[in-house]
Amino acid sequence: MLQLSLTEQIVSVLSAVVLFSSFALLAQVRLVAAVHAFAWQGALVAAVTALMATVGSEPHLYFSAVLTLGLKALLIPWMLHRLIRRLALDRHVETIPYPALVILFGAGLVLFSYWVVLPIERLGFAATRNVIALTLAVVLLGLLMMVVRRQVVSQVIGFMSMENGLFLAAVAATKGMPMVVELGVAFDVLVAAVLFGVFFLQIRESIDSLDVDRLNRLTEAETE
Amino acid sequence: MEALIVTLSTPAVGALLLALVSNVTAAGWLNLMLSGLSLGGSVALALGVLSAGPLTRHGFHIDAFNVYLVVLTTLVGFTTSIFSRPYMLHVCAQRKISQRHMRLYHSMYQVFMLTLLLALTIDNLGGLWVAVEGATLATVLLVSLYRTPEAVEAAWKYFILCGVGIAQALFGTVLIYFAAQHALPDPSQGLTWTVLHTHCESLHPTVMAIAFVFLLVGYGTKVGLVPLHNWLPDAHSEGPTPMSAVLSGLLLNVALYAVVRLKMLTDGALAGSDDPHMAGHLMMGFGLVSFLVASLFLHRQRDIKRMFSYSSIEHMGLMTFAFGIGGPLATFGALLHMLVHSLTKSAIFITVGHAAHIAGTQTIDRIRGLIRTQPSVGWGLLIGGVAIAGFPPFGIFTSEFLVLVATMQRWPWLSVALLVGLGVAFAGLFRHLHPMVYGAKPEGQEPVPANMIPVAVHLGLVLWLGIASPAFLSHWLDQATQLIAGSGLL
Repeated sequence: MLQLSLTEQIVSVLSAVVLFSSFALLAQVRLVAAVHAFAWQGALVAAVTALMATVGSEPHLYFSAVLTLGLKALLIPWMLHRLIRRLALDRHVETIPYPALVILFGAGLVLFSYWVVLPIERLGFAATRNVIALTLAVVLLGLLMMVVRRQVVSQVIGFMSMENGLFLAAVAATKGMPMVVELGVAFDVLVAAVLFGVFFLQIRESIDSLDVDRLNRLTEAETE
Repeated sequence: MEALIVTLSTPAVGALLLALVSNVTAAGWLNLMLSGLSLGGSVALALGVLSAGPLTRHGFHIDAFNVYLVVLTTLVGFTTSIFSRPYMLHVCAQRKISQRHMRLYHSMYQVFMLTLLLALTIDNLGGLWVAVEGATLATVLLVSLYRTPEAVEAAWKYFILCGVGIAQALFGTVLIYFAAQHALPDPSQGLTWTVLHTHCESLHPTVMAIAFVFLLVGYGTKVGLVPLHNWLPDAHSEGPTPMSAVLSGLLLNVALYAVVRLKMLTDGALAGSDDPHMAGHLMMGFGLVSFLVASLFLHRQRDIKRMFSYSSIEHMGLMTFAFGIGGPLATFGALLHMLVHSLTKSAIFITVGHAAHIAGTQTIDRIRGLIRTQPSVGWGLLIGGVAIAGFPPFGIFTSEFLVLVATMQRWPWLSVALLVGLGVAFAGLFRHLHPMVYGAKPEGQEPVPANMIPVAVHLGLVLWLGIASPAFLSHWLDQATQLIAGSGLL
C-alpha cells in the first residue's frame, strides 16, 4: 500500500467533500439552498488551490485561489441569488422525479469514473490518483443534474458545478494550468454567468415560466 | 508577423468600434471594410507562410494547415458581411429588431471572427479552448436576436449543449496537460501544441486515449456530430441568416480543425501501443453515423434553413469520417471538402436568406416559384443545391470522389454505406428544392433587393476548384496533407 503524505491526504479529503457537495446539489430541491451549496463547493475548490500553492510553492496558484474564491464562491452565487429574488423564486420547490434513483445513478457515475481512470492509476502517479476520478465524477454529476432538473436556474447551477470539477482537476492533477489559460477560462465562465442571467429574463419573457419542459417548440416531430 | 497582427487586431478593434456606432447604415459599411482589411491581412500572411515556411512566434503557430483555414475564414467573413449589410437593413426596416440590437449584432460579428481566427492561429490547447468557447458566447446572443420564443429556445439549447460539450473538451485538455507533466523536459510548456507534437511519442498512451475521447465529444458537439447535433438545426434556423452562413461555413470547420490537431497528437502518442488507430476509428464511427443520420433527416424537414443545417451535419460527418480514415488521399479529400463545403454552404445560406425574404417565410411548403419571381435568387439556390449535392463539375464532387476512392482502398465495405448516404441526401435535398425553385409564382410575390455577388463569387470558386484546381492551391493543400498524414499526395 502506498503511503500518502499529509498534503495528499488533505487534498483527497477535500476533493471528496467537493464530490459530496455535488450530491447535495443533486438532491437539493430548494433553489436558494442549492446556490449556497454551490458557493460552498466553490470555496472548497479555492481551499484546495490555496493548499496546493502553499505546498508546491507555486505563487501563481495563490492568484487562482483568490480568483476561484471571488468568482465561484462569491460573485456568481451572489448574481444567482439576486436573480432568484428578482424572479421571485425564493420559495420555489422543485420536484425531482425519482430522487432515490437519481442519487443511485449518481453513485453509479462515481464508480464509472473510477473505472475510467483505472488505467491511469496503474501508472502510479501517486499524488493524484484519486483526484482525477473524483473530479471526473463531479463533472458527470453536474451533467446528471442538468439532465434531471427541469428548472433553468438549477440547470445553470449544474453547469457551473461542472466547471468547478474542471478547475479542481486542473489544480489538483497538474498544479494548475498556465496563467493565461486560467485567466481565459475564468473570463469565459464570467461571461457565461452574465449571459445566463440575460437568458433567464428572455426565457421568462417569452414562455412566462422558467421550466425547460415548456421549451418545446423546436422538434423534429411532425406537429401542426 | 505584421500580417498576423493585422488579421487579428482588425476584428478586435472592430468589435469595440462597432459597439459604439449606432447608425445602422454606417455600421454595415464599417463591418464590411473591417472584414475586408482582415481578409487582406490573412492573404499577406498566407503568402508569407507559403514562401517562408511555418511561423511559430509569441504563442502563435501558423503552418500550411491552419493558414488556409485562416484565409477561408476571413474570405467567408468578408463576403458574408457584404450580404449582411442590405439584409440586416431589410430586417431593421421590418422592425424586427431595434438599433441597440443592431449594435450588438455588428459588434458580436467581429468578436466571432476574432475568436475563430484566434482558435485557428494560437499555439496553445488551453487558448484554443478559450477561443472556441468564446465563439459560442459571441454567437449565443445573436441566435436569440429576434426574441421570438423559438429563437430564445434555440439559443438556450445552443448555449447549454455547447457549454456542456466544451466542458468535456476542457477536461480532455487538462488530461493532456497532465500527460505532458510526465513527458516534457519543460512541463510548463505542456499545452503548447508545437512542443507537444515534437514530443508526442513520449506522452502516455492511455492518458492520451482517454483525453482524446473527451476532446472528441467536446469539440464534436461543435462540429455537430450525431448524437450531439441537436443544437445545430435550431441555432441555424432561428438566428439571423448571416449568422447561419458563418456558423455553418466557419464555426464547424474550426471545431473540426481542433479535433484534427488533437488527433495528430493522439496518433503520435498511440503509435507504439496495441491500438494505434483508435482516434481515427472513433472519428470514422462518429462521422459515418452523422453522415447517414443527417441524410435521412433531410427528407422530413419543413423549414428551409433547418434542411440546409442538416446538410451541414451530413458534410461535417463526411469530413470527420475522411480525417478518421487518415492517409494522404483521404486527408487531401477532407481538406478540399472543408474548403468547398464552406464556400458552397455560406453561398446557399445567403441565397436562402433572400428566398425567405421573398416568400416572407422559412417554411418550405410556402416558398414557391423562385425562378419566376426573381431569377437570380432562384438560379442561385438551384446551382447551390446542385453543388452541395455533389454533382460534377463542382468542387464538392471532386472532394467526395477522393474520399470515396480512399474508402474503397482502405475499407471497401464502407463505400456502400457512403454511396447510399450520398444518394439519400441527394434525394432529400431535391425533393424539397425542386418545387421551391420551379413551380408557379404565388399571387403578389415580389422580388426583393438582393446582392448576389457573394453567391456568384463562392459558386464560381467552387466550380473552378471542381474543373481545374489551380496548382498553387493543390500544392498548398498538399503541404497541409503532409503535416497531418505524414506524406503528401502529389
